[in-house]
Amino acid sequence: MTARTLAVVSAGLSQPSSTRLLADRLATATGTSLGELGFTPAVEVVELRDLAHDLTDNLLTGFPSPRLESAIETVVGADGLIAVTPIFTASYSGLFKTFFDVLEPQSLTGKPVLLGATAGTARHSLALEHALRPLFAYLRAVTVPTAVFAASEDWGAGDSPAGRALAERIARAGGELADLMAVERRKPSADPLSTLTPFEQLLSGN
Amino acid sequence: MQFGVFSVSDITTDPTNGRTPTEAERIQAIVAIAKKVEEVGLDVFALGEHHNPPFFSSSPTTTLGFIAAQTSTLLLSTATTLITTNDPVKIAEDYAMLQHLAGGRVDLTLGRGNTGPVYPWFGQDIRNGIPLAVENYALLRRLWTEDVVDWQGKFRTPLQGFTSTPRPLDGVPPFVWHGSIRSPEIAEQAAYYGDGFFHNNIFWPMTHTKQMVNVYRQRFEHYGHGRADQAIVGLGGQVFMRKNSQDAVREFRPYFDNAPVYGHGPSLEDFSAATPLTVGSPQQVIERYLTFREDVGDYQRQLFLIDHAGLPLKTVLEQLDILGEEVVPVLRRELDALRPAHVPDAPTHASRVAAKGGATDSTVYAAGDDVTGRAPASAVVAR
Repeated sequence: MTARTLAVVSAGLSQPSSTRLLADRLATATGTSLGELGFTPAVEVVELRDLAHDLTDNLLTGFPSPRLESAIETVVGADGLIAVTPIFTASYSGLFKTFFDVLEPQSLTGKPVLLGATAGTARHSLALEHALRPLFAYLRAVTVPTAVFAASEDWGAGDSPAGRALAERIARAGGELADLMAVERRKPSADPLSTLTPFEQLLSGN
Repeated sequence: MQFGVFSVSDITTDPTNGRTPTEAERIQAIVAIAKKVEEVGLDVFALGEHHNPPFFSSSPTTTLGFIAAQTSTLLLSTATTLITTNDPVKIAEDYAMLQHLAGGRVDLTLGRGNTGPVYPWFGQDIRNGIPLAVENYALLRRLWTEDVVDWQGKFRTPLQGFTSTPRPLDGVPPFVWHGSIRSPEIAEQAAYYGDGFFHNNIFWPMTHTKQMVNVYRQRFEHYGHGRADQAIVGLGGQVFMRKNSQDAVREFRPYFDNAPVYGHGPSLEDFSAATPLTVGSPQQVIERYLTFREDVGDYQRQLFLIDHAGLPLKTVLEQLDILGEEVVPVLRRELDALRPAHVPDAPTHASRVAAKGGATDSTVYAAGDDVTGRAPASAVVAR
């Protein structure tokens, strides 16, 4: 079976983290759907909490530490991405945003992305649509239609209608991401030689 | 191989005593540092150009001319000359003038400048950085190689029958390095002309530097200037040394922790692992700087940043003593021994004159004297 790599970025801060819990469930759902499509999923999780100092250093120095660089390569090189953040002060967390701030501007172009968010109350749920989705639209990533929000109350909902609704959303979102990941995509080359503008063209001002 | 020192001319508070030098003190310190570079047997002193505090060096050729008068072998260079916001006509004039006064001991490193607000101060826009560097340098070359220039471009007023004076010394313009950290276009520019490429890697991991130098080397060969390993490469470096490495770390740490650019960020240890910064014994510096050729190939120029972040003059001069006595002689011997015979040294005025087949006077005499209306007698002889 052909492999498909799935990167999971989780910006949860507590341990254990409900953000990570949602990220894992989304990854499992995506993996299941990929399997049904005949692909072998390879999941790699990037916990931003472990990279918090590296991210700040990158803001100050302009380059990533080896550990952060490896995480960036995981995300940029993956066939699909699940990005999950807690909602802080009406939007994605600063840590979550910082990770996407230090990526090269074009590096997520065309990338299939599934968005997820967690918060203490369902009143924050539209942050997915007014904050996360525009961020990924700017990065020219391809977000799947279903974004998944989980509030504290959802985790305790069990087999109730609310609990089943979350499980259904997770399964639907995973299926949507798997469908997009099934398509083989060109990956951007990191080698500047491959995208070099010949000097005659620079000289002519075009 | 050439070894030297480059300074960005920052005026920074010494974090160990809270003292900030005056401009007058810092300017005299730079002159003392440059003279010391020659005295301890290093080859190059390069000075930056900036147009805002905390830097003093807005007018590098004035400073370099003053240093030229007080040195005899030191090669004077820049780090960098702003090819974007300076008028290329003024660069052509200023550096040809400096070249004459310094007896040819001049080259320059062109850079774009990465401070957005500087551009509008000189009527430009940072978004045109690359097109400015490309157009301005194309004009600069013509001003140095053609006696009379007709020219029209996008960024400055057209020139009609313009002669830049003085003409380059011996008919050979200063050698040019192109400096860039992140822009492959500038590596491409250096390769296209067969000029030097300087990667100021002091804030960057070697993996990145290696990639940029590789672009330059491949394209240098593509444009037919020689093999990729014959391209002319310079690197930045940053060191702080004491006999015992623990003493070096202890003394340098407050300067590192509070330094402009990278201060209050990564630890000294992490930054040292990621970049060429080496804080320790002279032997540790030697061992580290012997390895860079494995990443970028045999290169021609190694400059060290040693006078920034508020380090006092006395300390900087001590660092120069260590470089001159213990470090550079070993690096020079070892790196020269490792370099294959077909890899050239960095061009100098003498080597460029020899390559041209000898010196020629390139004075352009006026057709008529403005006062008398007659051509000077020497012009008649020359023609």
